Amino acid sequence: MANTFYGLRLPSALMLGTAQYPSPAVMAQSFRESGASVATVSLRRESAEAAGQSFWEIIRELGVLILPNTAGCHTAKEAVTTAHMAREIFDTAWIKLEVIGHADTLQPDIFELVEAARILSNEGFQVFPYTTDDLIVGERLLEAGCQILMPWAAPIGSGQGLINEYGLRAMRAQFPDISLVVDAGIGLPNHAARAMELGFDAVLVNSAVARADDPPAMACAMMRAVEAGKLGRQAGPIAVRDMAEASTPVIGKAFLS
Amino acid sequence: MTVHTVIGAGVAGLAVATELVNRRQKVQIIDCAGPPGPHNCSWWAGGMLAPWCERENSELTVQQMGRESIAWWSRYTNVTQAGTLVVARTRDLPDLKRFAQRTTGFRELKQADIEQLEPDLHGFSTGLYFAEEGHLEPRQALQDLWQTLQQAGVTFHLGTPAQEFAQKSLRWSGRVFDCRGLAARDRLPGLRGVKGEMLHIRCPDIRLSRPVRLLHPRIPLYIVPRGEGIYMLGATMIENESQDHMSVRSMLELLSAAYALNPAFAAADILEIGVELRPAFADNLPRIRCEEGVIFVNGLYRHGYLLAPALARQAADLALTHSKAEMIHADID
Repeated sequence: MANTFYGLRLPSALMLGTAQYPSPAVMAQSFRESGASVATVSLRRESAEAAGQSFWEIIRELGVLILPNTAGCHTAKEAVTTAHMAREIFDTAWIKLEVIGHADTLQPDIFELVEAARILSNEGFQVFPYTTDDLIVGERLLEAGCQILMPWAAPIGSGQGLINEYGLRAMRAQFPDISLVVDAGIGLPNHAARAMELGFDAVLVNSAVARADDPPAMACAMMRAVEAGKLGRQAGPIAVRDMAEASTPVIGKAFLS
Repeated sequence: MTVHTVIGAGVAGLAVATELVNRRQKVQIIDCAGPPGPHNCSWWAGGMLAPWCERENSELTVQQMGRESIAWWSRYTNVTQAGTLVVARTRDLPDLKRFAQRTTGFRELKQADIEQLEPDLHGFSTGLYFAEEGHLEPRQALQDLWQTLQQAGVTFHLGTPAQEFAQKSLRWSGRVFDCRGLAARDRLPGLRGVKGEMLHIRCPDIRLSRPVRLLHPRIPLYIVPRGEGIYMLGATMIENESQDHMSVRSMLELLSAAYALNPAFAAADILEIGVELRPAFADNLPRIRCEEGVIFVNGLYRHGYLLAPALARQAADLALTHSKAEMIHADID
């Protein structure tokens, strides 16, 4: 069902990543400013097992839902192993599934992705797949057991915004009952707002906040943008017209001249 | 006469002892692991004295405190003042732009200037040159401080744990400075380890005269010349508290970055692999903390050589004149 995340309704449509901040203290402050309801955590990079204990503790103390991810995995097998580790460490069935096809562009390998999604869904995981805006891949992921799709807006960390708005609109139209989250490529608040205006259920941001000059301020801006976009969508926007439509009476004005 | 005790003979402890000796105090140093060596986090450091560059990813206070480090270290060890060069490949120029926006104290270089400064760096269209910065050889610096302290009459008690040492009837008449780094985490809640991995390689074919930072959105690299064709490559920063091994991924990334800097690095010998945990608080800023008569100096993170002089000065002032240190924190937030 759209607007729920494996049965959960989230108080905020903003999800925030935990990588690349100048310090954990700045990260925590950014979370407070963002009102984000979900924190994504990269497991493989920040270590397996209990080795990242102090950092995990800081993340648990954020008091938000934790969505571990499989960033850095290049095969379905690796991703499945990482998901198992994540379930151990964070005691959650949620897993943000990233299977990277190209180490440089971080484009998802959709073939391995669908395979891993099937395995993990069968094992009882609740999979949040990082995918492209390809509709057929979306269908395959749903068949594999996913109840959420997370298409990119642009390559991870690029900050380019919604480079294929048509693709994202098509996804919304094709999957009206599925929760859709824009996962990567957001750079500015207006990108986040736009995704919400298109009817997306949530937006995930990391680099745009963590690498901003003032991460907590950008986190706050993203929160407001997401709220604005969502409210704007709910409020029912006017239709776009080719000509300006005056909202004040024109009687008495020389409008025919 | 009053004898002050410094526990921990890493860069923080030795700097504190030096500042105390400079104030004509009698000092003893305890380290259960012996003289400075591979057990010290600071043994594996880059040794860059780069307060302006560090501003890119640190609070302003790091830059302010770090500025006194070059003059301080120059009194005890050889500091090379050849500046720092920051470069990026064409596709990563947005990272160079970001670096420039967040820092001061540099001038922008064009390709010809870069090649004049470092003839072995080719194909970089733009760079940033931080002329005021310097670097030192960490192991030599520790050794030099050690000798300075010996000559000043400091006594060393090595190989004995501090508690046992105390029981051996020693009168700790002066102040106690706990500079044990991550080993003090049982006394300092919130102190965590941040994993760093580094390599020493030898590549006589390449000649670099100053630290070079190669920017990349995910795999930043710095390379510090140690002389005689030896270079230190560093360093990863991973929120991970296991220091057993360097990962293949980290080594691939560091070496690929070096290769991107100059393909001739492919012919280098790998001399040494280092893995250490940097002691850090949640804001990655250091603390001088006073508790039950003990002055803790800790949380130097990746800024050991940069911040030890200022912290040592403040800790000594705090102990002797009760002046307020800039980095003092009564409790940890």
